[in-house]
Amino acid sequence: MKLKGWKDLPIATTVPASTAEQVETGQWRSMRPVWDEEKCIHCLQCWVQCPDRSIKADEKGNMTGIEYFYCKGCGLCAAICPKKAIEMRPEAEFLEE
Amino acid sequence: MKSDDRGKGVIHMPRKDITSGNWAVAEAMRQVNPDVVAAYPITPSTDIPMKFSEFVADGLVDTNLVTVESEHSAISACLAASISGARVMTASSANGVALMHEIFPIAASYRAPIVFALVNRSLGAPINIHCDHSDSMAERDSSWIQLYCEDAQEVYDSMIMGVRLAEHKDVLLPVFVCQDGFITSHCFEPVEFLDDEQVKDFIGEREPINSLLDIKNPVAYGSLALTDYYFEIKRQQIEAMKQVRRVYDEVSREFASITGRQYPVIETYKTDDADHIMVIMSSATGAAKETVDALREKGHKVGCLRIRMFRPFPATEIADALKKARNIAVCDRAAGYGAPAPLFTEIKSALYDAGIHIPANSYVYGLGGRDFFPHNAEEAFMDLIENRVSTEEKYLGLRE
Repeated sequence: MKLKGWKDLPIATTVPASTAEQVETGQWRSMRPVWDEEKCIHCLQCWVQCPDRSIKADEKGNMTGIEYFYCKGCGLCAAICPKKAIEMRPEAEFLEE
Repeated sequence: MKSDDRGKGVIHMPRKDITSGNWAVAEAMRQVNPDVVAAYPITPSTDIPMKFSEFVADGLVDTNLVTVESEHSAISACLAASISGARVMTASSANGVALMHEIFPIAASYRAPIVFALVNRSLGAPINIHCDHSDSMAERDSSWIQLYCEDAQEVYDSMIMGVRLAEHKDVLLPVFVCQDGFITSHCFEPVEFLDDEQVKDFIGEREPINSLLDIKNPVAYGSLALTDYYFEIKRQQIEAMKQVRRVYDEVSREFASITGRQYPVIETYKTDDADHIMVIMSSATGAAKETVDALREKGHKVGCLRIRMFRPFPATEIADALKKARNIAVCDRAAGYGAPAPLFTEIKSALYDAGIHIPANSYVYGLGGRDFFPHNAEEAFMDLIENRVSTEEKYLGLRE
């Protein structure tokens, strides 16, 4: 990455806020949570426990999937799921994708 | 002004009054009506937040006065308020200033235009409440603008001009308005005040950029910048300091057009044809000027140069003012331990750059508030006149 010179930097040590949204923390993942929609009861315990914002839910409160852009693969969602609807699988299995 | 107006705190007309340097600051603050003042009392600056707190209690200002538990907290609160977009002022002295030190470079780096009344007092130990410049000189590399005032009028005017200077978009640096503790801060002298509306019109509203409260353009302050970006951010500050001279000239010119009071960055007194020039700062200039007059009556061609702006240092103007002198005396109200005193260091550097190599005596005077009398100034001038010049540091008013 080409670093900016002093004339092109924002002043006062500032950086635009909310830049964490642009950071693909999903790159860190070695284990991937895989959601089984059939087993899911939409209790949203995974949504509550997720330390990032990787559990997608709609306005009705239904889980809709996993945001792999952010998911670091910590496995909390799989551990908390009362129906074992989330399975942690090695990223190596998805190398083809 | 109607005679009964003052008692009600309703002041509409320009007026002249007998006041102190500290009260002149408080009055300027009342007229500026800053959004936030966070302050902690320390002699000899205590008068400032004390008097200002009366204005707050009387409802004469809209300021949020934050009474904190230390100077470090005071400047921290000032900084947070300033980067939130508030107009911020405060005051301190000596060890209070020293306790704030950690935050000063951060405030400059965050480009927080805080206007700070610094009432010069010697740093302990020994504990001493009286004036010297050791407190502000210790901050000369903190990236704050430094103005040194000779009298209460200049203090008042500088607090108002300081707002414009600090907040200018090309500057955005905090400013110290320095005055000599007790000598200027507590002595009463005539000061001409602007009308409230004039001050309001002159300073306008602050237009903050990168305000933390601007939710449409959110920013984060104080992020980590290591080997990749720290250097570039410091370079921006250096550039901002370079812009100060131009902006200062604009602001002071506009101020002069309203008040008739001129504040060049250096003040020359009978230097044009002078063979011997004393370089000095702040209140001691009065004794120096008086001595110039007395020695001129005896036929000596002497002059005085007062340095008002110390940061950024107006080296070119100073070299120009000194270039025709046969020798000079530089008077410092702060010692440089293990190196030449601070003003002397800067003066020599300015002369070197201008290719001027004249004998220069360095005098340290007035530490811990020791008075600087005309006879002290005369001693230095006589050294110059009788050509007793050397590289050895000299002391005025010291017992051997």
